[in-house]
Amino acid sequence: MPSNAEPRQATHYVAPIEETPLQEVDQVNVDEKTRSTWSDAWDSMRVRPMFWISSILILLIIVVAIFPGLFTHVDPREAVLAKSNEGPEAGHILGFNRQGNDVYARVIWGTRNSLIVGVVATVLVSVVGIVIGALAGFFGGWLDTIVSRIADIFFSIPTVLGAIVIMSVIPARNALTVALVLAAFAWPQIARIMRGAVLSAKQSDYVTASAALGVSRFTTLVRHVIPNSLAPVIVVATVSLGTFIVAEATLSFLGIGLPTNALSWGVDIGNAQQSIRTAPSTIFWPSAALSITVLAFLLLGDVVRDALDPKARARR
Amino acid sequence: MLWYLGKRLLQLIPVFFGATFLIYFMVFSLPGDPIAALFGDRQPSPQVIEQLRAQYNLDKPFIVQYLLWVGGVFRGDLGLTYSGLPVSSQLAQAFPITARLALLALAFEAVAGIVVGVIAGLKKGKWFDATALVVSLLLISVPTFVVGFVLQYVFGINLGLFRVTVSNQAPWSELVLPAIVLATVSFAYIVRLTRASVAENVSADFVRTATAKGLSRRRVVGVHIFRNSLIPVVTYLGVDIGSLMVGAVVTEGIFNIHGVGGTVFQAVKLGEGPTVVSFVAVMVIIFMLANLLVDLLYAVLDPRIRYAK
Repeated sequence: MPSNAEPRQATHYVAPIEETPLQEVDQVNVDEKTRSTWSDAWDSMRVRPMFWISSILILLIIVVAIFPGLFTHVDPREAVLAKSNEGPEAGHILGFNRQGNDVYARVIWGTRNSLIVGVVATVLVSVVGIVIGALAGFFGGWLDTIVSRIADIFFSIPTVLGAIVIMSVIPARNALTVALVLAAFAWPQIARIMRGAVLSAKQSDYVTASAALGVSRFTTLVRHVIPNSLAPVIVVATVSLGTFIVAEATLSFLGIGLPTNALSWGVDIGNAQQSIRTAPSTIFWPSAALSITVLAFLLLGDVVRDALDPKARARR
Repeated sequence: MLWYLGKRLLQLIPVFFGATFLIYFMVFSLPGDPIAALFGDRQPSPQVIEQLRAQYNLDKPFIVQYLLWVGGVFRGDLGLTYSGLPVSSQLAQAFPITARLALLALAFEAVAGIVVGVIAGLKKGKWFDATALVVSLLLISVPTFVVGFVLQYVFGINLGLFRVTVSNQAPWSELVLPAIVLATVSFAYIVRLTRASVAENVSADFVRTATAKGLSRRRVVGVHIFRNSLIPVVTYLGVDIGSLMVGAVVTEGIFNIHGVGGTVFQAVKLGEGPTVVSFVAVMVIIFMLANLLVDLLYAVLDPRIRYAK
């Protein structure tokens, strides 16, 4: 012990308060913004070029879907049979399809239906999946048992296969019914993921703290557990938006998605099938639009997963 | 292991009844009249409607219809198609063709997907890995039916290497191109899954231990990394059989293959609701059995399950 130090009392096991200014230690981080999963994720995403590429693509797709008139002045339903399957010309940069419709105009106008199906189905699946999965995971017991068994049953029917059955007998076919039918078979995936996330979040200290403070179980679930369990659901939802668009196109291609007079990439691809030898470009352009849209959502899903998954973040 | 098998079989029973009930419930509680749907725009006479209702048991309460159908399934009787043929005999013709197609596709996606995925995972960050990632993402974003048209156009029409459509007997050789089409999307998923799994296992503790105790690189990669990386891939194969079935409907439609999927495709195009329902119900049953099989394979791979009581 240095000789200039104050002599200490041997019985003094705990340092006197004036020696360790606790308040000062506590105040170190108070002025800084608190870090949350979301701000961490944002910081990790915004430095990745892939995030900006996919976001700008998706933004463009949304603008095209809402205002198709900005991108083309040609009526997508105007059929000039004399120009059936003819190549590009001035004002019709992608040529004509079998019915003599302008291919470019149809690709632009077809965006809306694909996006409506994708967005509506994803929103439905997310809401239903989050609510059911959270309730089952948080409250457990008989509720969990029943929900899990019902989810098992839905899970045993592949989404598009189930949709084929329903859509082949349903009389009303439009973007909304397609989205509804797809969502009816797809919700268990989100519910399972949400249930798993809630099960592990339930063990956290903040849940115990919230209970100790007298917050009701339900409020704890809504205010604390659900927001902390959303990350894996958001990742899957982003990717599934792309798969719903593919599913809609597949159903429309089979002739049981959107009606044949609808403006849809799937319908156009199905119709162009007959002209594949004579005019392969009529099948190429709607397919390309479809694939780019799906790719944009897949890329975004990849970036979001890397940002939200701490394991993936540590690996990079 | 036996205990595990028994448990899985028991779990299958409620799922089987639940899933088939669900399909029947959804189809028959929908606003549309299945009989009217058969006739499209034309209006059939009341006598015809009566007779068809009796034939498909539509005049009985819903639950009786369902029980009659389930009873039929266990006796091997799956009802009649719209054109009056028994579903079971059609299925007997169509099933071997689809089984061949699915086996070829599964073999292709599993072998090619795992090989590419393992190489990419071991060379993480190198050009092979980057290419594999980009290509697989592209393949996932292109729907099966587009891949089908493109390959059919390039290899069938332009190069003339394969037959554009498959003949009635559908021999193995003619099924190669359709099988590749069917496998593309799943191939891409398997590449990504295997790559991620291998890349993670390379830096796992058990691999460091294996290397430290002097095992050859070949053994470390071939046994320790490979086997542990396969577990998520095998799980995926189970789920994937479902997407193979959807893919089979599209692929068999494009290549005019008279398998289970092709039959559903034709029935869908002709608006034969009851045929679609009975065939898809059979597909769902196959999907469940295939998943059971995958679960057993999973148990063989994962020692934690193998030794569990």
